[in-house]
Amino acid sequence: MIRRLLMVVSLPAVLFAIWFAASLSSENFYAPPLRTILVAFKDTWTPDRLRADVLPSLGRLLAGYALAAVAGVTIGVAIGVSKRLRAAAEPVLEFFRAIPPPVLVPVIMLFAGIGTSMKVIVIAFGCVWPVLLNTVEGVRAVDSVLSDTSRSYGISGAARLRHLLLPAASPQIVTGLRQALSIAIILMVISEMFAASNGLGFTVVQFQRSFAIPEMWSGILLLGLLGFALSELFRLAERAALGWYHGLRSAQRKG
Amino acid sequence: MLEVIGLRKVYRTDRREVEALRELTFTVGAGELVCLVGPSGCGKTTLLRCIGGLLEPSGGTVRVDSAPVAGPPAGMAVVFQEYGRSLFPWMSVRDNVALPLRQKKLPRGRVNSLVGEALQAVGLEGTETAYPWQLSGGMQQRVAIARAVAYEPSILLMDEPFAAVDAQTRADLEDLVRSLWQRLGVTILFVTHDIDEAVYLGQRVIMLSASPTVIQDELTVDLPDKRNQLHTRADPRFTALRTHVYEQIQAAKIAAQPSPGPVR
Repeated sequence: MIRRLLMVVSLPAVLFAIWFAASLSSENFYAPPLRTILVAFKDTWTPDRLRADVLPSLGRLLAGYALAAVAGVTIGVAIGVSKRLRAAAEPVLEFFRAIPPPVLVPVIMLFAGIGTSMKVIVIAFGCVWPVLLNTVEGVRAVDSVLSDTSRSYGISGAARLRHLLLPAASPQIVTGLRQALSIAIILMVISEMFAASNGLGFTVVQFQRSFAIPEMWSGILLLGLLGFALSELFRLAERAALGWYHGLRSAQRKG
Repeated sequence: MLEVIGLRKVYRTDRREVEALRELTFTVGAGELVCLVGPSGCGKTTLLRCIGGLLEPSGGTVRVDSAPVAGPPAGMAVVFQEYGRSLFPWMSVRDNVALPLRQKKLPRGRVNSLVGEALQAVGLEGTETAYPWQLSGGMQQRVAIARAVAYEPSILLMDEPFAAVDAQTRADLEDLVRSLWQRLGVTILFVTHDIDEAVYLGQRVIMLSASPTVIQDELTVDLPDKRNQLHTRADPRFTALRTHVYEQIQAAKIAAQPSPGPVR
């Protein structure tokens, strides 16, 4: 346990130390010494600031992400079980998926304004595709013997969804959700850079425009830490939800 | 009682038709244990899926207790060959056995007692909270059997259930099936490609031809009801019966080859 923790911490610590040492005597205005950035970090990200800028960002992120998860899984299951729906929907899905979501920020701004709902929609729109497409694949790949078993024991309708389709597709759905999480963070920042009055992306751009370079760097550091914390949370949730899957896989590997 | 009348199945693809089952008629009486045996690729699984209401036949009817089968019949349980793919890997052993019972809307107390009895009957007490994949292959197939038994079916279909377990486990499971059958009075249709297994288990053995499948022959197993891996298999009558079945299966295979061309 402690060894694992050391492994996890050691490389970032080394990289940080190198950055710290190499930038110590930096005269470059745009790349200040890490020491200066850390001081700026402490001064900038006060509890008040975190409440005013980080909380709204996180709120939008979670709202958009949750919306995408619910919509992606719901539509994905529907498309996954119906051959006809799949044939009709697949080209359209591929088209929408090919559009880079940041491009839609100006468009969505026209319809949804520049408020919170615009950012939530942008995040949801970007995140829904990996969830949706992975859910479709997961539902399609349900084992035929398991499906026969369910049918012969009268497990149909809502019970089939709950006891067969969703659990069977859950490893794929989680893969989609993991991809969506990193997209969500990117879109959160981008949508705030376009038009916002608070939030992390907004603050970083403000610092850059007012030449508060160490503060700008500190914002980027904070974003990195935030992404790391979210992905760790995700990992914990996944381990709890997919314990059976990892056990099954390692049992199969052992043969 | 299970009646199969004039059953026929033709698979159609865009380019060609494959006739899997040509004409099958047989009956399995209430409380009987009948084995179906045939050469490999003779459409046993197709037949079983038609009987189980999982596949629509192209012609003929299947009746369970005189009601025609359209979709999986309520009083039927199926044990598949691929135990690893027929148990829900995300559920504990207990939930795997209990789920069909909960679907039947049985009261909780009844579910618990049925699950407990079934797991005890197959010798799996103490594994209730384990996941199926934590058990050996033979034990997983026992879970599938327990699930079928707990369902209290009037007819139990078994599709080559022991084809994927080792020989010793297989002998144990054969004896388990016979003892469950004698205790519960359930009707069993047991599909296998193993001739010895068919003769050892069945009261009757129905031999299938190669595909397109018809019934090649039928045989009553006049061995004593109390069977035993050691003595029954050494019984001269057992040997005679298995020889007969073996000859019929061989004849079915030879008949299947359209023209016995030169051996290359």
